[in-house]
Amino acid sequence: MSAALTLYVPRDSAALAVGADAVVDALRAQAAATGTELTVVRNGSRGLLWLEVLLEVATPQGRVAYGPVSAEDVPTLWPVLLADAAGQGGSHPLRQGVTEQIPYLARQERLTFARVGVTDPLSLGDYAAHEGWAGLKAAVAQDSAAILQAVTHSGLRGRGGAAFPAGIKWRTVAQAPGSIKYVVCNADEGDSGTFADRMVMEGDPYLLIEGMAIAALAVGAEQGFIYVRSEYPQAVAVLAEAIERATQAGWIGANVAGSGKRFDLQVRMGAGSYVCGEETAMLESLEGRRGIVRAKPPLPALQGLFGQPTVINNVLTFAAVPTILARGADFYRHYGVGRSHGTLPFQLAGNIRHGGLVEKAFGLTLRELLDGFGGGTRSGRPIKAVQVGGPLGAYLSESQWDVPLDYEAYAAIGAVVGHGGIVVHDDTADLAALARYAMEFCALESCGKCTPCRIGSTRGVEVIDRLVANRANPQVHEQQVTLLRDLCDTMLGGSLCAMGGMTPYPVLSALNHYPADFGLAPAPVASETAAAN
Amino acid sequence: MNAPDRAAAAPSAGGPAPQLNPAEQAVVDAVLAERRHLAGALLPILHGIQDRLGYVPPGAQPVIARALQLSRAEVHGVVTFYHHFRSEPAGRHVLQVCRAEACQACGGEALLAQARERLGCSEAQPTNAARSHTVEPTYCLGLCAQSPAAMLDGRLHARLTPARLEALLAATGEIA
Repeated sequence: MSAALTLYVPRDSAALAVGADAVVDALRAQAAATGTELTVVRNGSRGLLWLEVLLEVATPQGRVAYGPVSAEDVPTLWPVLLADAAGQGGSHPLRQGVTEQIPYLARQERLTFARVGVTDPLSLGDYAAHEGWAGLKAAVAQDSAAILQAVTHSGLRGRGGAAFPAGIKWRTVAQAPGSIKYVVCNADEGDSGTFADRMVMEGDPYLLIEGMAIAALAVGAEQGFIYVRSEYPQAVAVLAEAIERATQAGWIGANVAGSGKRFDLQVRMGAGSYVCGEETAMLESLEGRRGIVRAKPPLPALQGLFGQPTVINNVLTFAAVPTILARGADFYRHYGVGRSHGTLPFQLAGNIRHGGLVEKAFGLTLRELLDGFGGGTRSGRPIKAVQVGGPLGAYLSESQWDVPLDYEAYAAIGAVVGHGGIVVHDDTADLAALARYAMEFCALESCGKCTPCRIGSTRGVEVIDRLVANRANPQVHEQQVTLLRDLCDTMLGGSLCAMGGMTPYPVLSALNHYPADFGLAPAPVASETAAAN
Repeated sequence: MNAPDRAAAAPSAGGPAPQLNPAEQAVVDAVLAERRHLAGALLPILHGIQDRLGYVPPGAQPVIARALQLSRAEVHGVVTFYHHFRSEPAGRHVLQVCRAEACQACGGEALLAQARERLGCSEAQPTNAARSHTVEPTYCLGLCAQSPAAMLDGRLHARLTPARLEALLAATGEIA
């Protein structure tokens, strides 16, 4: 007698990197040996990354999760999976219960990530069955002004880090003179500690396509580009396939969702340059040149790609738009605090026990994320420092963990929310070494256009080296600290873009909060945030 | 021990670029025919060549420049600006170890040192003398919650330990 089994094994890079394909092979071998009718859906990742490979089995009670599963676990799992599928429950050390009820997932507010991990990323049927294209259909039924009004009213701000209001940017492009306009997605997610863009592209690519198509309708663009970093080959492959299928199905292409308007989309691959995440450097790269930052003005919204008015947004920004159109601006705006509306997919990374993706409305605290979701460090040691907002974000010490995560509150303490990446370090971390690394990374990735960034970063490495080497020589040591602060001030104020302009954030925050690592006596607490500002 | 066999010399500054061999010429011509019409075609062309040859031969630069009506300097500038593009072949196996912050927080730097030591590579000489392996740092593979991470011959590996790295390298079948 043969039983039927439907299993879900993610195709996300996070799962592939810990053996998802080997798990699938082992499952298929078991099925063949036992004459079981097996369906394996390669879904996106649920974002509970410490549990990858997260295997799910369809049961009468809903999907039940097992993780972290390796190929060697499959023989002992097999009978339990069959029992679960038959509604008889099961017992196994890796059994996590009904997926949707896992607290880590149940306590989130998933708008952008509602479908990620649930559906087969490339299945148009799955997408449509889970509210897909609802936003685009709503947009097609409205005029450009109404779409712009909805995006503006929603309060959506650029999720790439700069947090500029999306509606205002789009309106600028819509009103700019010119018959050729572009929509460009900046998918050059280079910040350490961030992987939300990757998860959307690999786990729900139609969402990004839908968001970009809505932008195209709003501003009158017929051509779009998605600029994906070369470190994400899986995302490039999934997107290329998704664009092909969405075009074939008429959602984009010559007649976008029956609107009579054209929108063609192409994926372009970066080539390992961090600075190409800066929007004007990205435009240069797309045009076939070195990724050298452009001076602004002119704004890309007026003279962007190939000199034409261009909407540039990050993956998460476009991915938020379908929800806004489908459910209304008020629905989205209702989430969040202050001027930070909606949700942000936070990414818990580094030395953290329960690393993964946590989408929540703005306004929760870092402590809730670290303790409530993260469960402390993976090493079991105390947390020493937390870098928020990527390699250009500040290191936050425990005294700052209760500040609500919203753009303005973070700016007020000299920190940035950025792209929502949160990297945890335990007490073995050397913040002087990390500060040096920040300067080293800037020196490596600087496009070289402006002096504070190009030269300042190299001098920064040297100053930190001298500072650390002269711990025992107070006079030289103090000089070097003064020099470092002075250098950071120049970089902050004199750099053309965020690369040089924000590298001082991690450096100064490390120096201010962890002076002992630099061989300094602890500084008075009151001066900390002011100096980082 | 024999000196390493370097099929392609590093690009010399200023001088004439070495000629492409017929096989390379065929690849460059095919990629140009396929992609030269694209808007902003240079990066897609360079990717196409590197995907097929494993690197962008210096001799391809003037050919691309002519096809796109660019100067050789412009093409050279782009090839050398981007970390991804190689001007000489890598070793038979390429290991990229992430050294961004999230991986540093979980031992990424030690893994990079281990790989270099084990394979006879260094920062200055990323490819070892036997040309069996190239070890390079990379800056974020997007596996930051499962650090440390690395990519070996295009395949991602997360939650690495010294033992797992050793096993991966052993599986390439080219280490003692």
